[in-house]
Amino acid sequence: MATLLPPPTKRQKTEAAERARQQQEIQSIPENLGSVRVQFFDQATGSATGPAVSVPVADASVKNLETLLNTLQGNEEDERVPYRFTYQSDGKDKDNQTIDILSDLYHSLLKPGLKTTEDTVHLYFTPQAVFRVKAVSRCSASIAGHGEAILATSFSPVNSSTMVTGSGDSTARVWDCNTGTPLHTLKGHTSWVLAVSFSPNGAMIATGSMDNTVRVWDAKKGTPLGAPMKGHAKWITSLAWEPYHLQQPGRPRLASASKDSTVRIWDVVSKRIDIVLTGHKGSVTCVRWGGTGNIYTSSHDKTIKVWNAQNGTLVQTLSAHVHRVNHLALSTDFVLRTAYHDHTGQVPQADSEKVAVAKKRFEQAATINNKIVEKLVSASDDFTMYLWEPGNSSKPISRMLGHQKEVNHVTFSPDMAYIASAGFDNHVKLWNARDGKFITTLRGHVGAVYQCCFSADSRLLVSSSKDTTLKVWNVRTGKLSEDLPGHKDEVFAVDWSPDGQKVASGGKDKAVRIWRH
Amino acid sequence: MPQNEYIERWQKQHGKRLDHDERVRKRQAREGHKQSKDAQNLRGLRAKLYQQQRHKEKIQMRKRIKAQEEKNVKSSAPDEPSKTPLPQYLLDRSQATNAKALSSAIKDKRNEKAAKFAVPLPKVKGISEEEMFKVVNTGKKTHKKSWKRMITKPTFVGSDFTRRPVKYERFIRPMGLRYKKANVTHPELGVTVQLPILSVKKNPQNPLYTQLGVLTKGTIVEVNVSELGLVTTSGKVVWGKWAQITNNPDLDGTVNAVLLV
Repeated sequence: MATLLPPPTKRQKTEAAERARQQQEIQSIPENLGSVRVQFFDQATGSATGPAVSVPVADASVKNLETLLNTLQGNEEDERVPYRFTYQSDGKDKDNQTIDILSDLYHSLLKPGLKTTEDTVHLYFTPQAVFRVKAVSRCSASIAGHGEAILATSFSPVNSSTMVTGSGDSTARVWDCNTGTPLHTLKGHTSWVLAVSFSPNGAMIATGSMDNTVRVWDAKKGTPLGAPMKGHAKWITSLAWEPYHLQQPGRPRLASASKDSTVRIWDVVSKRIDIVLTGHKGSVTCVRWGGTGNIYTSSHDKTIKVWNAQNGTLVQTLSAHVHRVNHLALSTDFVLRTAYHDHTGQVPQADSEKVAVAKKRFEQAATINNKIVEKLVSASDDFTMYLWEPGNSSKPISRMLGHQKEVNHVTFSPDMAYIASAGFDNHVKLWNARDGKFITTLRGHVGAVYQCCFSADSRLLVSSSKDTTLKVWNVRTGKLSEDLPGHKDEVFAVDWSPDGQKVASGGKDKAVRIWRH
Repeated sequence: MPQNEYIERWQKQHGKRLDHDERVRKRQAREGHKQSKDAQNLRGLRAKLYQQQRHKEKIQMRKRIKAQEEKNVKSSAPDEPSKTPLPQYLLDRSQATNAKALSSAIKDKRNEKAAKFAVPLPKVKGISEEEMFKVVNTGKKTHKKSWKRMITKPTFVGSDFTRRPVKYERFIRPMGLRYKKANVTHPELGVTVQLPILSVKKNPQNPLYTQLGVLTKGTIVEVNVSELGLVTTSGKVVWGKWAQITNNPDLDGTVNAVLLV
């Protein structure tokens, strides 16, 4: 017999009614507030755009402000850009604070009493991605081929049709994602392939392996480019290419981090060691090559070191963590990875043009208030993360607390507004990338979360977990957008293609899966 | 004190003989001589048993020597930290792989279709109703009709069960014979965990016994495996799994079961 619940008591009923009323009130803006003067500023340059405009408070929603700003800038109907608005208090205020305008001016500024309708509100705008990535919802291909677990995956920066995976069967494979077929098998390593990375121009693939070597392959033909690069005494943990706009023409370089606590910078063409970065006392877990010519490395010895990529000198040591540092992410990771490939798919012809475009894209992305700012976030076994601005100070901007177990993976959104962190405590957490404030926890996984990856428009996030699923999250609402079961075992690696079309994942069940909308 | 530990007790009270260590050393030193003498002089069944045992020991010894030799071989390939490939971020971590091994073993087993409906104990000895039930005839009316039964075997009773009024209670399941937990063994891994019983799925003797939750040898029970951390392919936590009882709980006083994978 089913149990019948007793009818709600009067107190319960009144509380429910009260709650409903309050929720009702949140939606509405009072009609009688008149108007407020708004002055727009460009976040990148800090310069004012157009005159101060008077806007009725009742209509001052983000949508309407966007339309207004587009009109002020004289954008045509078909080239309208979505914007994100932030309010920054003036220098004279003591508590210099920055607030995102979420839905409208009234609830973000006027109601909390930060501004009145008498004041002029200074709004800083940053353009959002003009394209929209749709959440992947189905598995378009499950490709067998690897004989062992898949340990790393990476999409080509050119488009979503090529992808490479590294596996425990000591091969890396290049896949054609449009047809779901294997293109090339990169044979040569004698042990597990732990790291794979496409060069920023998409022409070469670097693989790092358990057999202590790094190999470089032609991405088109799938043939090895010269002999393996030997030098490390232990396995390779991470690879980073020199950003395209910093490369000397015809002489790209590659940094490889290893368990033997060194980082080696290789001249990829001549296969020689350019510089060896020694200084860490433990296994180097992650290496990142910044767009300003710095190399960032994290290590088991609890420190993060910043090196000059030109001469290999140590610039800074960032030490705040109290346990091994697992992973690093740069705010400019996405733009450095894709170099001159943007969402339009148009590639410049000449090499000099490509460099110019790559440089321009980098500067556009990294400029805040006329200054190139590259932020760094580090995840550690001490359950915390730190947000750094290494060019500015060796003190962290903020300490991000909240995870209850080791934080394994951390990533910046392509538009640099969010940080996502994946931990062994089954949660993904979202943080504000500007000040490291906690935004929300994405709950849903029932096993340790291994990796996560933002879509190119920063509106979605995909995470891979030990519980055999991928989950796609809506960043804005913090809700689960899609649950993607299908893998038969742990999912070790996931990547979202830079053009947003496809997601590739691989794990212990030896099958590569490609997901798309 | 367990009965058989009188030597340890004596040693605790009085200490060891002063020449104890010397005697042990000498006995061990002469071990070979004794073995040789036995091997040559034993006759009949005793000789046969002795040689069998010696044969087994020698096999073990050779295996150990071989393993030792293999360990000493130097190879040029770098040693991998584990058999199964792991991504970079899991390499230097000591992991609790126990439950994980369980989960993958279960998945492997599932692929073998033939094993799908097989259970470890396919046949059990029947138990008659006379053995299972004791007639309760206390009181005048009950005595006349003798319709009340007491179950003489261990049972599982759900946590939300309340007894019926005496007048309507036909079957009595004694408190002392109720079990809530089972020692469940994973057949391939040989891991044994004590898990809460969720329900009795099937008693092979009689559908009535299933209904009453009688735990006899061969009974299929559902156990709570949530603490093992198994997950389905869709990422949900598995929490109920079936197990078959392998002992006679009424004789042993415990419930031992083997997980059906």
